[in-house]
Amino acid sequence: MDIKILLVDDESDFVETMAKRFGIRKMPIDTARSGQEALELLAAQDYDVVILDVRMPGMDGLETLREIREKNPLTEVIMLTGHASLEAGMQGMNLGAYDYILKPADFDELLDKVRTAFERKELNAKSRKQGG
Amino acid sequence: MLERSGYTKLRVKMILTTLGFSLIPLLILGYTIYRQFEISHTNKILQNLNHITENKRRTLDLFLNERLSQLTAIAYTHRLQYFLEPETFERVFTLLQARSKYYIDLGIIDHNGDHVVYTGPYQTIRTANYKDEEWFQQVQAKGIYISDVFMGRRNYPHFIIAVMRREGDKSWILRATIDSDIFDSLVQSDQLGANGDAFLLNAENILQSKPRFGPRLLGKMDLGAFSRFPGVRSEMIEVGGKQYLFGLAWLENKNWLLAIRDDPTEELMPLKRTRHLVWVILAGGLLLIAGGTVLTSTTIIAQLVRSEREKATLNASLTQSSKMASLGKMAAGVAHEVNNPLAIIKEKAGWMRDLLSEEDLKASPNFKEYEDAITKIEYHVTRAKDVTHRLLGFARRMDPIHEDIDINQVLNQTITFLENEARYRAIEIHTAFQKDLPFVASDSAQLQQVFLNIIDNAIDAIGKDGGITIRTQAVHDPDEVIISITDTGPGISAEKLDKIFDPFFTTKKVGEGTGLGLTISFSIIQKLGGKINVESQEGQGATFIISLPLRKA
Ligand SMILES: Nc1ncnc2c1ncn2[C@@H]1O[C@H](COP(=O)(O)OP(=O)(O)OP(=O)(O)O)[C@@H](O)[C@H]1O
Ligand SMILES: [Mg+2]
Repeated sequence: MDIKILLVDDESDFVETMAKRFGIRKMPIDTARSGQEALELLAAQDYDVVILDVRMPGMDGLETLREIREKNPLTEVIMLTGHASLEAGMQGMNLGAYDYILKPADFDELLDKVRTAFERKELNAKSRKQGG
Repeated sequence: MLERSGYTKLRVKMILTTLGFSLIPLLILGYTIYRQFEISHTNKILQNLNHITENKRRTLDLFLNERLSQLTAIAYTHRLQYFLEPETFERVFTLLQARSKYYIDLGIIDHNGDHVVYTGPYQTIRTANYKDEEWFQQVQAKGIYISDVFMGRRNYPHFIIAVMRREGDKSWILRATIDSDIFDSLVQSDQLGANGDAFLLNAENILQSKPRFGPRLLGKMDLGAFSRFPGVRSEMIEVGGKQYLFGLAWLENKNWLLAIRDDPTEELMPLKRTRHLVWVILAGGLLLIAGGTVLTSTTIIAQLVRSEREKATLNASLTQSSKMASLGKMAAGVAHEVNNPLAIIKEKAGWMRDLLSEEDLKASPNFKEYEDAITKIEYHVTRAKDVTHRLLGFARRMDPIHEDIDINQVLNQTITFLENEARYRAIEIHTAFQKDLPFVASDSAQLQQVFLNIIDNAIDAIGKDGGITIRTQAVHDPDEVIISITDTGPGISAEKLDKIFDPFFTTKKVGEGTGLGLTISFSIIQKLGGKINVESQEGQGATFIISLPLRKA
């Protein structure tokens, strides 16, 4: 089963490299450079997991997270923070993010988290279908 | 903080001011009371003296008056003829002597100055002629005469009283000689006290009575010149180099000055006693005030020193915490700015590693070199990440939670994390926990981090073979739990002691220590309302002491 992943970060070098690394592992991902762009992409299609940087110019990670939770409640979000605001990560968890990772992250760790996040999403989707 | 000499100066100032303000009124009061007493006492003495002087003057005048009127009465009751009969004159004299035994003799002198009748012990003067004598002239002129005291023909101190009677165109004089001892007994009396004196002086300051002190009768007693004045006067007069208080009065019947000298010791006695008393009271007051002042100033200074010291400590810890706070802010900023590039470097390196696994690159002769380089890049990114992540931990604003925790249990848990490492290095960890240690309202996760840091440091310091002792203890006032962690390591030199809590201070090899462990521990303990201290001497191990309040204020 392919996992549909969206990476949101304002650092282009970071986003490009990540895209390549996911790509080489046969997991193509979509990328966005701002919260705004991410929301537009999310409106156009469904994503299983969104990896979201907390600190971005314009609409920041937490705001974006709030929107996503509202419009795409099934999509799991992993917060990415390079910031002192560990609380921001914690706050994100409170807002319903699946997990958070401190930059610079270990790629394999990130992959693990993405996979488990996806599993949870699947589970949630299933229970919702049964419940619904 | 004030210098020691500053305190001394302040103290001296305080003592002087207080002494000044309390002693000046005391001295004024003492002086005033003494002065008032002196004035009223002097007044009393003066009154007394004047009283005595006046009394004595009256007595003396009365005495002279009486003699005068006696003689006048005798002279005017009979004619001269009557007295010429020696037996009659003898009888008259006996009569007189019966009234006053101080009469020495009695005589009648006719207008030629011849002694016509005489009765008394000095028969030789019977034939004397007085015509040319001063007193004879005076009686002729004034009718009565009282002489000064003199030795005269009788060679015995005496004075005379003479009364003239006119009979027809002739006149005769009745003259009595009186022993001047009478004045001594009239002038002197017990009233004068042990050292007082009294005497009579004629106009030339010649003594007319025997004084108790100083020159003899008829000697000169120079009190200065006093013209006649009415009533009584008191004067300070210097006699023989000493000041004396004198009561002075002129007699009415004779140009004699009565002088009463006050007893100086008796006069001064009560004054001396009062002055003595005043001094004693002043000295007592002075001692009390001085003692009190010194005591108060000591207490105040001690309190001042204490509060200054407390302030200094508070300041130091405030400085330390504000230093920590701003450092924290900066650390957070730096960490963020560094983390993003680090993340990119890491991913780029990762991407290179991904690419290396492709077949054609594996064949490249430098494949090994590339792989090594990538491994090194990843290693050093991780190293840098360790620093920034620790910095983030340090800067964490997260408010500590406050739950009731058992410190002993937290310590035991922490020890289990480190047991393997310790055993491997032959380090024994001893615990000396106080049983039933009270719960502390604190954050166990953060405390665990602190304990981990400190015990980690201890293990690193010992290296191999040694021991770590962890103690807990509850104390009162303030209610705290004290945790001490002692190791048998090399200890910390005095100059390092000042720095070990500074961020990035480490003596460990590059890559092995960030120098943030104690900095973070310090800030955590501070947030929890506790204190952390080190005691160490080089070569003697180190003890870290943490005190935690049972409840955060
Ligand atoms: N128990 C101890 N005995 C001797 N020296 C000590 C002890 N504890 C700390 N130090 C000294 O204090 C320094 C600072 O300690 P700190 O825990 O802050 O940083 P570190 O241990 O060097 O680095 P890190 O904790 O990040 O690994 C240490 O490098 C060491 O020199
Ligand atoms: Mg350390």
